[in-house]
Amino acid sequence: MEITTRALWTMIHGMGFGALYLLACSGALVELYRFTTSTIPAEPTPGQERFFKVYLAAMVVIAWVAVLMGAYVIYPWYRATPPPGTTDLAMFPQRLLMSSSTTIGWHSFGMEWKEHVAWFAPISITMVAFVFIRYGRDLKNHRQLRAAVLSFAVASFVAAGIAGFFGAMINKYAPVQGGHTIQLSQGEEK
Amino acid sequence: MNTPNSVASASSPAIPNGSGAAAVLAAGIGSFALAVLAVAGDKSAAIKSSLVFYRPTGPLSGVTTAAILMWLLTWGILEWRWRNRTVAVGRISVVALALLALSLLLTFPPVVDLF
Repeated sequence: MEITTRALWTMIHGMGFGALYLLACSGALVELYRFTTSTIPAEPTPGQERFFKVYLAAMVVIAWVAVLMGAYVIYPWYRATPPPGTTDLAMFPQRLLMSSSTTIGWHSFGMEWKEHVAWFAPISITMVAFVFIRYGRDLKNHRQLRAAVLSFAVASFVAAGIAGFFGAMINKYAPVQGGHTIQLSQGEEK
Repeated sequence: MNTPNSVASASSPAIPNGSGAAAVLAAGIGSFALAVLAVAGDKSAAIKSSLVFYRPTGPLSGVTTAAILMWLLTWGILEWRWRNRTVAVGRISVVALALLALSLLLTFPPVVDLF
């Protein structure tokens, strides 16, 4: 069992930070609603509030690491230009997708959307975290502000979901490959 | 028992809404700036080449860096102006959410192709 360094970085980006962010987002939406809606009778304790502030701050870090790693580590490998005369495009995912009418949409629609929409996730969640850290449970007394914060949190989740879906599908049809090969385990011959 | 924690449960806000409104509006403006720059880079070769801040990442590097700078700058200015004020957060939120919706629309490739 082996993996290339580029595939490993792609996995850390998508299955690590990306998937972790999506999971964290679903929890954050529930907690945001619980903390900021006055109709729920049980008051969260100061400890729970402190925990949720740290949780949101961690989400901000995860979201920024995911998009920055995607844009500055993975994306250059994805969009690399092959030397003239190259016939095997396996190491050039963008060109590989563009070389067939059955896969070009994964680039022209999927990647074109993903590479921009993904950035709404960290921008939105940074704002959400800032507002919650500043206001805490007082946010329940700012009905309109609370609605805006929840809407941006949902938008962050949707943006990350779109980026995650297309990232996974693009990597399925044209995986990012190359770099050193890391041997994970030695299989026995049958 | 009336503890400091139950103060937030009262119906009157303890903190003015200006700081929150500044963050919300800045996020809307930052998102919109990113979408507009992405469309501009897609439609103009000159803008596209001017947005290449880091060659391996191409114009995406300039689109996102410029948008993030605009977002943070706007946020800083609005925070400075509104920090201790109570503002019309309802209207500000509508504007911010409209900008966010427009941003999502402007990054959707079939919409970009209409320009």
